[in-house]
Amino acid sequence: MNAPSAAAEVRPPTAPAPPPSDVRAALKDSSSVGLALFPLGIAFGVLVVHSGLDWWWASAITAFVYAGSLEFLLVGLITAATPLAQVALTAFLVNFRHVFYALSFPLHRVRSRAGKVYSTYTMTDEAYALTTGESAQSWSGRRIVWLQALCQVYWVVGATLGALCGALVPARLTGLDFALTALFVVLAVDAYLAKRDIPTPVLALVCALAARFLLPGQMLLVALGLFTAGLLARRALAARGMGEEAARA
Amino acid sequence: MPDHTGYVAAAVAVSALVTWALRALPFAALAPLRASETLRYLSVYMPVGVMVILTVYTLRNVSLADAAPVGLALAATLGLHLWRRNAVLSVLGGTAIHVALASTVFSHS
Repeated sequence: MNAPSAAAEVRPPTAPAPPPSDVRAALKDSSSVGLALFPLGIAFGVLVVHSGLDWWWASAITAFVYAGSLEFLLVGLITAATPLAQVALTAFLVNFRHVFYALSFPLHRVRSRAGKVYSTYTMTDEAYALTTGESAQSWSGRRIVWLQALCQVYWVVGATLGALCGALVPARLTGLDFALTALFVVLAVDAYLAKRDIPTPVLALVCALAARFLLPGQMLLVALGLFTAGLLARRALAARGMGEEAARA
Repeated sequence: MPDHTGYVAAAVAVSALVTWALRALPFAALAPLRASETLRYLSVYMPVGVMVILTVYTLRNVSLADAAPVGLALAATLGLHLWRRNAVLSVLGGTAIHVALASTVFSHS
């Protein structure tokens, strides 16, 4: 049901609405992620207005940047009037992981050019996680693009609502920025559970703390650089053989 | 603040462009990426480390006075997530506990 004919796939993006089955399927596929994105979007919107930005920036940032963790960091960078070059560097470092998603994201199933552009633009951690799962192997390109569009809608609408409600609440909510920390903790636990390898998070923690105390001004760059170098060194050691790494793998 | 709007717009545009470039350009270089064992290794081991580093990064300015509410909220988030594996519950629960602690028991004002 979810595989429209080849003729449907090559229709230009301005063609009439797709078969409803793709949209319905995407609604169902996106429900779990939507349950997470919507309230987190609300928290983001509240953070935006409580940082002193107009409410509509919440909609603009979520629609244009659309990379959850970077957006939370971006609000802090903006309120600190961080130079644009450092904003670009932070965006690069925080989102560099997306480079690896190209290895397995099913972009080849999205046929139209506009679809490919939109699909890469909205290739978030959540979209990647959903579309590379086992059950997603049969999904059509349209179903994938609809899924991504719905995820973005949940996020933008949540952020806009949060900003509008946050603007109405006069009292300052201290400690709301912890939502970002909590999100990273959750993503770290999920990533750990996928691989269950203790040395990697320990190495990352040591690199992060070292960078924090040695070069606090360039913490992200130094920590990620040290961590990448550490991983490469570890792989080189393991490749030399006899290492317990080989046995574990 | 008229200048401010221009700056925020530029920061948003820069972030959007860098993010999209990172998401789209690797598809053009897909073949060599697929062949690289080293990149494969990094793609497997990097995510958990990046998340740990980002967690520490968000806490880089926590003062000693805030250590208690932050530590308790961290423990709550971690505990909730290991227990229920529900991202929404863990994030909302941990944040709610932090907001409650920071604005009551551990309030500075």
